[in-house]
Amino acid sequence: MAIELKMPALSPTMEEGTLAKWLVKEGDAVKSGDILAEIETDKATMEFEAIDEGTIGQILVAEGTDNVKVGTVIATITGEGEETAAPAPAAAAPDPAPAQAEPVEAPAAEDAPATSAGQTAEKAEKPAATERASDPAIPEGTAMVKLTVREALRDAMAEEMRADDRIFVMGEEVAEYQGAYKVTQGLLDEFGSKRVVDTPITEYGFAGLGTGAAMGGLRPIIEFMTFNFAMQAIDHIINSAAKTNYMSGGQMRCPIVFRGPNGAAARVGAQHSQNYAPWYASVPGLIVIAPYDAADAKGLLKAAIRTEDPVVFLENELLYGRSFEVPEVDDFVLPIGKARIMRKGSDVTIVSYSIGVGLALEAADTLAGEGIDAEVIDLRTLRPLDTATVLASLKKTNRLVVVEEGWPTCSIASEIAMVAMEHGFDDLDAPVMRVCNEDVPLPYAHNLEKAALVDTPRVIAAVKAICNRA
Amino acid sequence: MAKAPARQTAAPKKVASTPAPATNRESPRDPAPYDATPEELEKFYREMLLIRRFEEKAGQLYGLGLIGGFCHLYIGQEAVAVGLQSALDGDKDSVITGYRDHGHMLAYGIDPKVIMAELTGRQAGISKGKGGSMHMFSVEHKFYGGHGIVGAQVSLGTGLAFAHKYRGDGGVAMAYFGDGASNQGQVYESFNMAELWKLPIIFVIENNQYAMGTSVNRSSAEDQLYRRGESFRIPGMQVDGMDVLEVRGAAEAALEWVRAGKGPVLMELKTYRYRGHSMSDPAKYRSREEVQAVRDKSDAIEHLKKLMLDAGIPEEKFKDIDKEIRAIVAESADFAESAPEPEPSELYTDVLVEQY
Repeated sequence: MAIELKMPALSPTMEEGTLAKWLVKEGDAVKSGDILAEIETDKATMEFEAIDEGTIGQILVAEGTDNVKVGTVIATITGEGEETAAPAPAAAAPDPAPAQAEPVEAPAAEDAPATSAGQTAEKAEKPAATERASDPAIPEGTAMVKLTVREALRDAMAEEMRADDRIFVMGEEVAEYQGAYKVTQGLLDEFGSKRVVDTPITEYGFAGLGTGAAMGGLRPIIEFMTFNFAMQAIDHIINSAAKTNYMSGGQMRCPIVFRGPNGAAARVGAQHSQNYAPWYASVPGLIVIAPYDAADAKGLLKAAIRTEDPVVFLENELLYGRSFEVPEVDDFVLPIGKARIMRKGSDVTIVSYSIGVGLALEAADTLAGEGIDAEVIDLRTLRPLDTATVLASLKKTNRLVVVEEGWPTCSIASEIAMVAMEHGFDDLDAPVMRVCNEDVPLPYAHNLEKAALVDTPRVIAAVKAICNRA
Repeated sequence: MAKAPARQTAAPKKVASTPAPATNRESPRDPAPYDATPEELEKFYREMLLIRRFEEKAGQLYGLGLIGGFCHLYIGQEAVAVGLQSALDGDKDSVITGYRDHGHMLAYGIDPKVIMAELTGRQAGISKGKGGSMHMFSVEHKFYGGHGIVGAQVSLGTGLAFAHKYRGDGGVAMAYFGDGASNQGQVYESFNMAELWKLPIIFVIENNQYAMGTSVNRSSAEDQLYRRGESFRIPGMQVDGMDVLEVRGAAEAALEWVRAGKGPVLMELKTYRYRGHSMSDPAKYRSREEVQAVRDKSDAIEHLKKLMLDAGIPEEKFKDIDKEIRAIVAESADFAESAPEPEPSELYTDVLVEQY
């Protein structure tokens, strides 16, 4: 019987890819280990090897095809002595095998709740809803360009590096490998190995080295492959970088950016899935930024690189590949410490940051259909916190829900609730609700992981509960 | 008593029967004791005496409750900071150290008044009273602290060296740490990058024999600390840290190597602290006799004085210097006691540089 070759998932977050090139043709004999095709993911071009021995029966997806979903049958192989199989049904994407599809289900769902696994065509972008508020920092009529968060971050670094030769990027695999998540792609070519520096695997060491270089007058961007690994280096971030200006009576500055993906990715287990935002946001002397979309990623990373203060810049792996509109202006810089009203509303305020903003917006869309008009605020900067924007919204809606992809205890959500308690108590018509991950280390099993992570239905339920609609 | 501070300089080159890269690699030249002019001898003497008297006074003020918290005195180790820093170029080289930092600052010519005023927590202190004994900095003098986390200054210093190389300013970073810090993991992470990238840095282990109360041989599998860089191909030197001319001579050999772009050098300075780890340390882990024996036989200031007497400098000169130094220290103490405490509003300044 013919063996179906399916579009492989080549990274934990891959949903689809480009079939760049076939290296075999129909009728070729192949054996295990032969390279059949080159597949381009959002991160890299990968070789796809044969596992079985046989003859290439049919090639079902032509080379050069974009957006081939994981699990799509791309070719068949017949075993020795078998007949070349009849053409498989032309359906582009049969229901993918669970083992391959599941890792990407969660992010896909956030991106496009209406798109089922069978619908392949459009890369699920959030439609620009009419009631969505635009960022006040972007003037009306500005031309926009669609960029992924990954590209926006790269552009921010490249633009700043062109303008200031004290800036350098340092981290594991940032240069020759082009970034473990491809965020630094192309920087080595443009700026050379003096300014785009591959380090050994030595987080504590290079975080300290970067901090010292900042004290010595440079402007380092230190990339952690993920913030989970920055635990090895947190001493330098807090004790060396955050406290120096104060301890020196304002004499010694430390203009440095520590950046990298933070929070849960997909199916990588407890040690690789944690949101450190509350940890860093509790430290005086640090700036903490956690953007959601590409425009904020770009404008805020540029601001982070320019400021004289040390910045922890928390990205999200699941957002890297998502596309958003980014203003096409020279030098797009956003203010640090300002939240953004993503959607105007009058019945309830949903506050979030990073990937949680997507859930909040999605929940707001659903709630709108049920007659609840939610205002969605993206905090963007977690320290200093823009409490004024949150409190002004609370004054209007009198109800507050905080959505956070992270643990509930001692969280940003807890902090926002306390801000409401101290400064917005009279405006509250209902208790502030936290919608967070479950209070457990993140499990690996698909169903348990899904159960542990915050999702849109939970946001909707919380909103309804305090709007007396449950 | 403690191991006698070694007079040994570099490890003797062995003729190995099989190729042994470790001994065949190029290494810094064997250092020679520095040939100081009478003026330089006097300068060293003054600086070392200033550190000694300053620290004695700090100890007194601590006893009177005028200095709080942790206060780590440099008494006994004076020849290290003075010998090494006299070899640096103050315009381009940078220095960083741990929490036992008063001596390094004084050796850099930073005003004793602002150091003492920091110890007493006054507005006029070098960190406006917000840093304290362990957290003092002078960007003007390229003195980058003053760090309270044991070993952190080694990675930070490697970053200073990275900045020197990045800018191509010809500067060298000097990162001091103790025998205790030499067991921290980040020290070796830094060694690796420093040699890999040939950074201009001198790693200085001030081996005063005790990490708080734990002696080197109770804590270190390789107790010859100058060898700790070998697996990173960083050449090591062991130096008598109680002889300022030996120290200065070794610093010159190390600087030649580093300035030539050959990468870092690891110097182990064998020295001894006479006081406890900090003011609150009763030092029960060693005998009074041990301390007294070092003071009697190896004291760096007495040793230098003898050299100067031999060179014909008259006894009266020392009395004059002593009087002068006591006056400087008394003035710094008066200043530190009478200067006002920080304004309450200072609590909230300098947390961030910019407004958001």
